[in-house]
Amino acid sequence: MTKVVLPELGEGIEKATISYWYFKEGEKVNERDDLVELATDKATFNLPSPASGALGQIFFHEGDTVPVGEVLATIDTLDKA
Amino acid sequence: MEFKVFDLGLVDFYRAWNFQKEIFQKVKNGSLESGLIFCRHYPVITLGRLADKRNILLSRQELTKRDIAVYEIERGGDVTYHGPGQLVAYPVFNLARRKKDIRLFLRELEGIAIASLAEFGIEAARLKGLTGVWVGKAKIVSIGIAIRKWISFHGLSLNIEKNDLGNFRLIRPCGMDIEMTSLETILGRKAEFALLKKCMARKFKEAMQ
Repeated sequence: MTKVVLPELGEGIEKATISYWYFKEGEKVNERDDLVELATDKATFNLPSPASGALGQIFFHEGDTVPVGEVLATIDTLDKA
Repeated sequence: MEFKVFDLGLVDFYRAWNFQKEIFQKVKNGSLESGLIFCRHYPVITLGRLADKRNILLSRQELTKRDIAVYEIERGGDVTYHGPGQLVAYPVFNLARRKKDIRLFLRELEGIAIASLAEFGIEAARLKGLTGVWVGKAKIVSIGIAIRKWISFHGLSLNIEKNDLGNFRLIRPCGMDIEMTSLETILGRKAEFALLKKCMARKFKEAMQ
């Protein structure tokens, strides 16, 4: 399992608001796919998936404001074939 | 950082939006280092990602009657208005080649607008805690951006002609009750778009060195 963490976004930005999840829980994602769109007061940006697998649990939903460093979701990495 | 300047002139918002995406793809695939798009828009209201629709004070029917289009777009920020009396600049910049810092980039955009206005003898400034550029308590530049793969798009709009300012009353700009001003209001005369564009392109170049 890999954690999806809200990374450092530059000086002075301590939180961001989830504006859009590109995938639903359980859906397959590839590493570096755009996973979630976030918004600060005047900018939006995407967070890529840190791993390939299935989107596990989403802890924060659209409209939620999240501090930097927080875990947004988990990626269940697929078992070896 | 090098960038190519595009001038779309007076253009429909939707067309310019698509053009931004084309330039974005070129920057993403590396066929263009970065691009700076200048244009003016026919009257349009755009809603940023976290916009509150109640900040549009007229019904859609009323807006249609007045020939004002409404778009929900992927930039940050609340609601804004664009019209032919504004100069709009869309920097499609590869920030990964500079610094991956969203707030720094917003402050740089403000700095570029402030330096451009100074060339016209206007003392504009930032207001603490708010994005944008102000002359006294009135706003002259609005900013809202999107960043994907550390490439920016959307950008800033600078009010030039005072005729357009009335349409800001159709909305609560950025979700706030703020007064808007324009270059013409402050100077008491018309300002040339071409001159301002040239000036701003130069300030972009200086800032992105």
